[in-house]
Amino acid sequence: MADTATFSPSRRFVLGVVGFGAAGFAVGCDLRAADAASGPVTQTALGPYVRIGTDNTVTVYLRHIEFGQGVSTGLTTIVAEEIDADWKQMRFEHSPANDKLYGNPAFGGMMGTGGSTAIFSSYEQLRAAGASAREMLRQAAATKWKVDPSTVVVAKGEVQSGNNKATFGELAAEAAAITPPDAATLKYKDPSAYAFIGKERDPATAFGRLDTQDKVHAKAQYALDYHPEGALTALLARSPKFGGKVASFDATATKAVPGVTDVVQISNGVAVLATNFWAAKKGRDALKVTWDDSAAETRSSEALIADYKKLLAKPGQEARKEGAGVAGLKGAGEVITADFEFPYLVHAPMEPLNCTIEYKPGESCTIHSGSQMPTGDQAAACAILGLKPEQVVITTLLAGGSFGRRATPDADLVSEAAQIAKAVEGKAPVKLMWTREDDIRSGKYRPMNVHRMTARINNGAIEAWGDRTAIQSIMEGTPFLPPGTPDFSSIEGSNDIAYAIPNISVDVHLVKQPISVLWWRSVGHTHTAYAKEHFFDVAARKAGKDPVELRRALLAKEPRQLGVLNLAVEKAGPVPAGKSRGVAVHHSFSSYVAEVADVTVNADGTFHVDRVVCAVDCGTVINPDIVRAQMEGGIGYGLSAILGEALTIKDGAPVQSNFYDYNVLRMAQMPKVEVFIVPSTEPPSGVGEPGVPPIGPAVANALLASTGKTYSKLPLGTKA
Amino acid sequence: MKLNINGKDQEYAGEEDRPLLWYLREDLKMTGTKFGCGVAACGACTVLVDGQPTRACITPAVSLEGKKITTIEGLDTPAGQAVQKAWAELDVVQCGWCQSGQMLAATALLTATPKPSEQQITDGMTSNICRCATYHRIRGAVARASEIMG
Repeated sequence: MADTATFSPSRRFVLGVVGFGAAGFAVGCDLRAADAASGPVTQTALGPYVRIGTDNTVTVYLRHIEFGQGVSTGLTTIVAEEIDADWKQMRFEHSPANDKLYGNPAFGGMMGTGGSTAIFSSYEQLRAAGASAREMLRQAAATKWKVDPSTVVVAKGEVQSGNNKATFGELAAEAAAITPPDAATLKYKDPSAYAFIGKERDPATAFGRLDTQDKVHAKAQYALDYHPEGALTALLARSPKFGGKVASFDATATKAVPGVTDVVQISNGVAVLATNFWAAKKGRDALKVTWDDSAAETRSSEALIADYKKLLAKPGQEARKEGAGVAGLKGAGEVITADFEFPYLVHAPMEPLNCTIEYKPGESCTIHSGSQMPTGDQAAACAILGLKPEQVVITTLLAGGSFGRRATPDADLVSEAAQIAKAVEGKAPVKLMWTREDDIRSGKYRPMNVHRMTARINNGAIEAWGDRTAIQSIMEGTPFLPPGTPDFSSIEGSNDIAYAIPNISVDVHLVKQPISVLWWRSVGHTHTAYAKEHFFDVAARKAGKDPVELRRALLAKEPRQLGVLNLAVEKAGPVPAGKSRGVAVHHSFSSYVAEVADVTVNADGTFHVDRVVCAVDCGTVINPDIVRAQMEGGIGYGLSAILGEALTIKDGAPVQSNFYDYNVLRMAQMPKVEVFIVPSTEPPSGVGEPGVPPIGPAVANALLASTGKTYSKLPLGTKA
Repeated sequence: MKLNINGKDQEYAGEEDRPLLWYLREDLKMTGTKFGCGVAACGACTVLVDGQPTRACITPAVSLEGKKITTIEGLDTPAGQAVQKAWAELDVVQCGWCQSGQMLAATALLTATPKPSEQQITDGMTSNICRCATYHRIRGAVARASEIMG
C-alpha cells in the first residue's frame, strides 16, 4: 500500500530532468508500521522516486500502475542499475497522485499509464534518480568516514572505502541531507557494466519479476481486495441502452432484501448499497427502473455499419497524401477494393472495475483504486465532493489487467463512486463494484469501424493505395486532442504506412453516436494494422508477387521494419507440410514487430493457429523476459479479438453479457509462441501494445494463402 | 454449520444461496480467491472441493458441509507446492488476477494426472480464462511442475 509520505517544503529542491523540465524533488521520512521481529522501519526519500529503508530495502515509487505489463520490475530495474543495488533489496510501491512529482511527460505532464510509454518516458528520469541517489550515498559515506569521495565505491548494495563499509540503509539519513548533484554532472554506468538492464531473468539469483512471489502466493493486494471495516458494497443499475436516463424507479422490492441499506439515484443510474456483495446483487436484481430513452441510441450494429458505409462513398478528412492521392486510384491497371468491418470490442480485464471511497464530508476522502489516471480521478472527486486536491488521497493498488479500460479521461468509476458516497453522506466507506455484465454492457469499447481499402495494380506493382475509415473518435473531447488536431487514434497505423507506393490516400470520417468508446490495447492499430497488412497481401497476390518479397522491396528504406521482418521470417524457417503461413509487420508506439503465423486449415473448414514467430525491435531492452511476456500476451490478446470477440448492438443495447457469449481466447486456441528481440542501442520504446497489431493480419494472410479469400469481416470465427 | 477450509473448521451462518466466493472474500478476508464473472465461465474463483476444481462464484457455501475446501491460501499438497514453484520459476504471472484459479486447476490436473501430455494440459486448463494470455507460460509451468513432482 502506498504511503502518504511527508514532503517537507523547507527541504524541497529542484533537479532538472531530461524531458520533464524542472521536477520538484522532495526529501522526507516516514515511519512504517512496526514489524514485531525487527522493530519499526524508517524510510528515507532520496528524491521523489527512491526510498531507502533502515531495513536496507530500496523502494522505487512507480508513477505508472502495475497491471501485468511489468512496470513494477522494469522501472525498478532502471533505478537498481544506476544506484548499484543488490536485486534482493529492491521493492516497489505506487506513487501518490501528484502531477508535479509524478506526471508522465508523454501525457503532457499529467499522471497516466498508457500508450506503452512507461519505460521510454521514465528511462532518463529513473536513471537520473538512481545515479543521483548513489552519488548522495557516496558523499554521505565520504563525510562520515572523513575520506576523499573518490575512494568511495558503491557496488551491489554496499558502500565501501578501505576498511569502512556500510549498507544503503545505514547511510540513508545522512545521504538525505546531501544536496543532490546537478543532473548535468551525473555519471551513468557504461552499458558493458550493466548488472540488470538487458539481463535475462535468473531464478537462481531471484532476478525476475518483482510481483511474481506475491501473486503466486495470494499476497498481492488488488483494488478489489481492499475492504475496510463496515464498507457498503454498491452496484449501479445503468441504462440498458446507450444514452438512456433514469425516468423513475421503484425500490420497494430492493429494500426488502436483507442487507440492503440504501438506494440512491446518481447521474447515470440507480445505486443499491448493501452490507455485502450478494445482498447488493439481489437488491439490484429486484430494482425496477423506468428509463427515458428519448436521447438513446436505437440502432443495431447492421444499421450502424450501413450508415458508416454511406459515409465512405465521400472523401473524409485527409490524413495522408502521396503522389496523386485519391486521384491515383484511377488509371491504368486493375482496381481492387474491399470493406473491412471491425466490431466494438470490450477490454474485459479479469478483475472487474471497482473502487472504494472513504468520504468525510467537508474534510477528506480516500480512494483505493487501480486507476491509470489517478490525478484525473482526484480532480473528479474534488469537483463532486467539494474538496481540495490535498484533501483527496488516492491510493493506487494493483489492477487485475486493464488493456486501456482503467484509463478514463472522464474518471467514470470514481465519478460514480464519489456521487454515491456523497448521496449517503459518507456514513460508511463505499465499495463500488462492477459485475462482469456491467463490464461487458456498459460501453467504453474499442470503436466499431469500417475501412474501405482500395488498390490499383498495374504491371505487377501496387501503384496506388487508398485507406478510408469511418469510426467514432476516441480522443475527441479529451485533454489529449487539442481542438483542430487530427484524431491520431483513428488513423495511426494507416496514415504512416511505410510501403514505398507512389500514390497514397488516407482519409477518415469521424462519427458521433452515444455508444462510448475508449482506447483498447494498441488503440487505432487494432484495426489499421489489420486493414493495411491483410489488404497488402491481397494486393500483392493480385500483382503476382510473393507478399514477403514485395514487403522487402517496398520497405527497402525502412531498416527497422525490414529488420524485424527478416528476423521473424528467418527464425520461422520453412513452412511445415500441411500448414499455411501468413506474415505481417507493423510499427506502433515507436516499436517494430513482425509476426509469422503458421495455421492448419482442416478438411471441414475449421482452422487452428499452431505457431507464431515474433520479432520485436523496441530499442534498448530493460528486461528481455518481460518483452517476451508482453509479445506472448499481446499475440494472445490480439488473436482473441480476431478469432471471436465482438460486442454487437441491437436496438441501442449490447447483445453480449459475460464470458459465455463474449468469446475470449482460451488455452486450446493459444498457439506456441517464439519471440526474438533485435539487439539495439536506440532509446527504449513500448512493448505493452506493439505485439497486438500484427497477429490478426498474419493469421488472415495465412488463411488467404490457403483459401484465396479476403477476410474482411471480423471476428473470423472458427471457419477459414 | 461448519465448513472445512484449508483444514480448519469455519462457522457459516449466512444465507442459503450465498456463494462460497463471497464468504471467503468478505467474511473470512481470504481474498486470494478471485471474482471474475460470477457465472462459472472464467475460472478465476476456482477452489478445490474434495480435490475437484469447483467454481466458488456459483457454489452456495451451505452445499459444502462435510467437504474439504482448499483455496490458494492452503495449497500445501506436493502438487500444489510444485505448481507454485513452477509458476514462480517461469514468471508466469502478468496481472495475476486469474492465477489463483489457474494454479488450483493445475493442482487438480497434476494430482489426477502427474505426467500429463500436452493435450491433457490443454484439456485440464482451457476452461480457465487469462486475459493477459499467459497460456503459453502456463503450459510450460504445468509441465515444469510435473517435473518437480518427480
